[in-house]
Amino acid sequence: MDSMTIIAVASIVIAGITTAFGTMGPALGEGKAVSTALSSLAQQPDASATITRTLFVGLAMIESTAIYCFVVSMILIFANPFWNHVIADVAGK
Amino acid sequence: MRLSPDQIVFWHHGPITLNATIVFTWGLMFALAVGSKLITRRLSTDLKRSRWQCLLEIVVTAIEKQIGEVGLHNPKRYIGFLGTLFLFLAAASLCTVIPGYEPPTGSLSTTIALALCVFVAVPIFGITERGLGSYLKSYVKPTFVMLPFNIISEISRTLALAVRLFGNMMSGAMIIAILLTIVPFVFPIVMTALGLLTGMVQAYIFSILAAVYIAAATQVRKPATETESEPEATH
Repeated sequence: MDSMTIIAVASIVIAGITTAFGTMGPALGEGKAVSTALSSLAQQPDASATITRTLFVGLAMIESTAIYCFVVSMILIFANPFWNHVIADVAGK
Repeated sequence: MRLSPDQIVFWHHGPITLNATIVFTWGLMFALAVGSKLITRRLSTDLKRSRWQCLLEIVVTAIEKQIGEVGLHNPKRYIGFLGTLFLFLAAASLCTVIPGYEPPTGSLSTTIALALCVFVAVPIFGITERGLGSYLKSYVKPTFVMLPFNIISEISRTLALAVRLFGNMMSGAMIIAILLTIVPFVFPIVMTALGLLTGMVQAYIFSILAAVYIAAATQVRKPATETESEPEATH
């Protein structure tokens, strides 16, 4: 296998694995956060504004790790510097 | 596959390029500034006010209340910066309903610029509120060993602000673009609505996080411990 094939295979496989793991972890974390928020809403409904606001802020912080994984996958597929370098080499030859 | 509106170029001459990001940012700035100026031309305090003035009052008082709830004791000082952040991001996301519009926050340059504004604003507000010595002392606050960690956390949370906003806006635009090639009839509309929702949530998150960082930098440590923290909940 020449370097072009290795780079392509590695990029594609790792992009898929990054998205897979990147969606599992935050989903579990957000599920826990929402369930705790729901139980505390059931216990104290008049604090619902504070609880809801804090829940959304916490969800956005958790979501940002999923976004990091998504951005890395997108870079690997669409803006891959190694692939661009190899393609430029082949085109130059 | 276009990753950001940076790649649509309207005009370029030498090193200066006018890409879609810059043009849409200018359009948003123009719309917000001119709209606000037109509405606040003739403010009235009696019972008869125009609908637009009521709308602006709702928006401004809501933002002020939120800033107060986060822990900043003088919201009027910070509402210029934080309110503008929120309104710009909200407008950038809401205008997606206009066809042919790409949100400028879908480009990493815009989000990094906004995050850098927050990065610069936090020490400025902290120093004007607490004084230079007290602000710098907060970096060595738990122990002196924490100094590099505090500095790194400042930098990394700025980066996190930028990447979070960029990732959310870019992913929304990309999902719609991909769906348009697969199922072009109903699904992209649903995804556009979801993109509007996440855009508003991200605008709120960005400004609330900026407010929390500023509140952490400007809190004046009182010498006596505070004892009351709502021991009697209202029954």
